[in-house]
Amino acid sequence: MRNAFAKQITRLAQQDERVVLLSGDIGNRLFDDFKAKCPGRFFNCGVAEANMIGMAAGMAMSGLRPFCYTITPFITYRCMEQIRVDVCYHDVPVVIVGTGAGLAYASLGATHHSCEEMGMLRLLPGLSVVAPADAHEVNGALTAALQHQHPVYIRIGKKGEPLVHAAPPAFTLGKAIELRDGNEVALLSTGTVLPEALAAADLLAKAGISAHVSSVHTVKPLDLDLLTKLSAGCKLIVTIEEHSILGGLGGSVAEWLAERTGPRARLVRCGTADEFLHETGEQEQAREHYGLTAQAIAERVRQELQRCN
Amino acid sequence: MPALPSDFPTTQVPFNASAAELDLLTRQLRLKLVQMSHAAGTPHLASALSCVEILVAAYWRVLRIDPANPGDPGRDRFILSKGHAASVLYAALAARGYFPPALLDGFGHHGSPLAEQPAPGCAPGVELATGSLGHGLPVGIGMALATGIQQRDYRVFVTMSDGECNEGSVWEAAMFAPAQQLAKLAVIVDYNKWQATGRSNEVMSLAPLHKKWEAFGWNACEVDGHDLNAVAQAMGRVPDGSGKPVAIIAHTVKGKGISFMEDDNNWHYRIPKPEEVAAAKQELGLA
Repeated sequence: MRNAFAKQITRLAQQDERVVLLSGDIGNRLFDDFKAKCPGRFFNCGVAEANMIGMAAGMAMSGLRPFCYTITPFITYRCMEQIRVDVCYHDVPVVIVGTGAGLAYASLGATHHSCEEMGMLRLLPGLSVVAPADAHEVNGALTAALQHQHPVYIRIGKKGEPLVHAAPPAFTLGKAIELRDGNEVALLSTGTVLPEALAAADLLAKAGISAHVSSVHTVKPLDLDLLTKLSAGCKLIVTIEEHSILGGLGGSVAEWLAERTGPRARLVRCGTADEFLHETGEQEQAREHYGLTAQAIAERVRQELQRCN
Repeated sequence: MPALPSDFPTTQVPFNASAAELDLLTRQLRLKLVQMSHAAGTPHLASALSCVEILVAAYWRVLRIDPANPGDPGRDRFILSKGHAASVLYAALAARGYFPPALLDGFGHHGSPLAEQPAPGCAPGVELATGSLGHGLPVGIGMALATGIQQRDYRVFVTMSDGECNEGSVWEAAMFAPAQQLAKLAVIVDYNKWQATGRSNEVMSLAPLHKKWEAFGWNACEVDGHDLNAVAQAMGRVPDGSGKPVAIIAHTVKGKGISFMEDDNNWHYRIPKPEEVAAAKQELGLA
């Protein structure tokens, strides 16, 4: 995904001379092509994220379109107040891209995990929060963010994530991409865990359970049209994310659902627990730990469906 | 007996006004700050008083700006990063002709655009919403970097407090700007030796401030921050040919200009009483 980011930001910068790229001392060689094609518009900002975000705000105030890029916890938690004051309070079009989001850097330990940042950032007025599922969605998200006149946060994976979409899907901020029809349960996935959601839908289909699947790449603003439709038609809405069950997609849907009147779906949140992960392992093991595999999701759905009856 | 000058300029004070006019203006601005603090019940009066000459030097001797065209992309930028001193920014902008001085009467009151600390775009001429310390310099660097990309020629001046230099983001920015040879960027530190609740050289190991900025790669100098000509000269030299950003350490006195407020840190928070407003007016030669 980070290769997709590097290619797409280079394409966008070639088309739009307002685009500048700020990196927090990562992406060795990754941006060589950008530097060659867009000289003077790449800045290695060092390991100084607060300054990087403030500078991006100053650039945006001057008419540029800065994209900031580094490892997710450092470009979010570390400089939360700069995002809040410099970017969101001034409502300037800065795009903040966190790489290795969620559990992508599981093996590096909890300093490098980001399972709370969508919940934190979602509270900032005017900031869109986006979690693309694959390289196609990264391309779409970056293009949409450049067209957007307000701040955008995008969390992406690392490298080697499978392509989910056979072709580039239509991408609109705040509009989920519907992948499978189904009328009993709705699996709403955000970010790179989408293949697990699709595989879970396959397992459920074998068990005779009809599951809708959407890539809810935008956690804020929520696609309320889709939620309204699914809540009226399905028994269960299942949120799936490499993020805490607090505050992210699951938390957002819970807030919305709690205020609904009339018949509505029950909510099941699949995500990380309210804890730091102390167990050493790769992303796959971390997903297993939190029940974010196709098997675990399908099993959880079967159990929860029984409780609905 | 000659008539007393008015409390506040009745017409716009022009760029490069005479020394006598600017001497009167600085006294009028100080009185206005005292009156605004009193009327709105707002603190940080002493912090505003300490940087009056810095703003007068900037707005009347240095900045290439046009109050009639505050959004001009080629304008020099002045960022008051010590947002708690917003009253002095508002008063200076009003005297410079950015908006009617009557707007100052609403300062800090419900419904006024002029809050205790400036909001984004709250009034013409306000470049940045500040109030949380350590934000102005990174944003100013971004504006300065934009000049290179957009082939513009403006300069960026960021005024900070000495207490503000406690913030880590200031030193992140201080390390970054020289690496980019941002020669059209300047920092002015309003070095009044106090922060909110203590001496700024006791709370943190701030001194030697000049050497710190120099060691970080800036062309640093020290000036008497209440000597209008000295401040204007230091600011006017930007870019100074060294290829480095400029750090102007302006030695100031907190509460400057009102004898009973000078170097008394109680006036970081105290609100002047009516008799203190009258005494200030007397001292400033405006009563």
